[in-house]
Amino acid sequence: MSCAQTIQDYALRSIGFGERLLPRSDFTLCEHFVLIGSGMIWNVYFGALALFLGFFLAIAVALGKASSNPWVRKPAEWFIFIFRGSPLFIQFFLAYEAFVLLPKVGIEIFGITAETRWLTRAWAGALIVLFLNTAAYSGEIFYGALRSVPKGDMEAADAYGITGWSRFRRITWPTMMRLAWPAYTNEAIFLFHATALVFFSSFPAWQQRGDALYYANYFADRTFNPFVAYPIVAGYFIVLTLCVIMIFGLINTRLNRHLPQEHRAKIRIRPQIMR
Amino acid sequence: MLFYASFVTVMVLLVITAPIALLFGLGGAIASRSRILPIRWFGNIYTSVVRGVPDIVFFLFFVIALDQAFEWIRHQVKCPDWTEPIRQGSDFVVCAQAKLPLSSSPQWIHETYGFFLAVLTFAIVFGAFAANVLFGAMRAVPRAQMETAEAYGMNQRQAFWRILVPQMWVYALPGLSNLWMILIKATPLLFLLGVEDIVYWARELGGSKSGVFEYPHPDWRLWYFIGLLFFYLGLTRISEVILARLTTRLSHGQATVGGEAQRKAAA
Repeated sequence: MSCAQTIQDYALRSIGFGERLLPRSDFTLCEHFVLIGSGMIWNVYFGALALFLGFFLAIAVALGKASSNPWVRKPAEWFIFIFRGSPLFIQFFLAYEAFVLLPKVGIEIFGITAETRWLTRAWAGALIVLFLNTAAYSGEIFYGALRSVPKGDMEAADAYGITGWSRFRRITWPTMMRLAWPAYTNEAIFLFHATALVFFSSFPAWQQRGDALYYANYFADRTFNPFVAYPIVAGYFIVLTLCVIMIFGLINTRLNRHLPQEHRAKIRIRPQIMR
Repeated sequence: MLFYASFVTVMVLLVITAPIALLFGLGGAIASRSRILPIRWFGNIYTSVVRGVPDIVFFLFFVIALDQAFEWIRHQVKCPDWTEPIRQGSDFVVCAQAKLPLSSSPQWIHETYGFFLAVLTFAIVFGAFAANVLFGAMRAVPRAQMETAEAYGMNQRQAFWRILVPQMWVYALPGLSNLWMILIKATPLLFLLGVEDIVYWARELGGSKSGVFEYPHPDWRLWYFIGLLFFYLGLTRISEVILARLTTRLSHGQATVGGEAQRKAAA
């Protein structure tokens, strides 16, 4: 079978198109690359969507934690503490078991039956966990940035009579983003790495539609040779990491465009703010 | 009973892995600072590759890879006159004497060997993170300190071990304490490495029937996992408190913002 044929059969295998059966024996290098690459679709899906949705919740959580009202502050603090203090792996297990226990037929709310079945599927259930997880981690990052917004900026805003929502939108928020961005890039990288855990915790790969690591593990189990499949996954993830750094670097340049060249914060992996 | 013992397994893993990973990290950091180019490349590649790839990939990879590497080395040493190829299709065949652990050895050796592989894997992965932290910490030590050491006539090695290494810890501490948190949160992955840890037992005991028994209770896995959640929350919370104390202790008398604040508070 030629490599073009393999690409046609397996390039979209992880989302259910193409050949139904996975290759069983005599794996070629091409099959490794195509199938594992196909699994990367899921990693990108989980990472990108969780990051996007988590961004908004994270800002809300950060503002909540900075609030002076204890009814707002305490829940935000507990949210951050629980999701940052426990392993993601346990969170996945817990969420899955909790979703499985929901009644299969759905829940009656005000006469409307809410379907709950889809929650046990990886595409929704794992996404929810990743979304909450990244919101907690980035919430902490944004909170730290919010605390380090220069006092002078706020006083200048006061002097110009900018208050309330417009002060937040035009002064606080842009500065907070600018300060938090290098750390947030780190968080994004590690979130993408965390997506590899999805199919290794409880969530089953329905019809063998898994992520990159799921397929790599499939190959490694069959051939008992870890030296082919895992380096390929590693290569894919390094490329993904470089893409994330590039995209976030562009945003970083835009956020810092008003500053003189030497004051701009460079993006590099900083171990003390790693998750 | 085994469930409670598995908590000890996790703690033992943490206690053993942390120093070994630190050692790996020190080695990696020294390698990245080396004047000899290939060693520096090795150090840089080690740290950057491990950081660029999800740790779970390494956990899955190293457990098999290390096992096969050890068996291959023993095979070369113990059975030099073996002619058949080692990889036969999808089988990895070594002679019976080279098997690790020997098929005749008792069960506990098998378990210990699995645990040993897990520790080594954790040490390799977290060693790379630690190397990165220590490398940054070494660069953060003020240059003047090293120059003073040279002025006192210390050679490179003496200046490194007597001046740089003792001073770098305070700069390394934020990174290392974060690393400790990550290490704690990575321990449930032991389950994937085939060690019977708390996640394994929570699944076994919580399920309404396991491979061996049928339990009279319904599916309790949710409650077991909530228990684990609290265990980990407690562990991270205690570590946070202890590490905060340690930071205060270490910044005492240092030329940093923290040290300066302490001096002012005392005066």
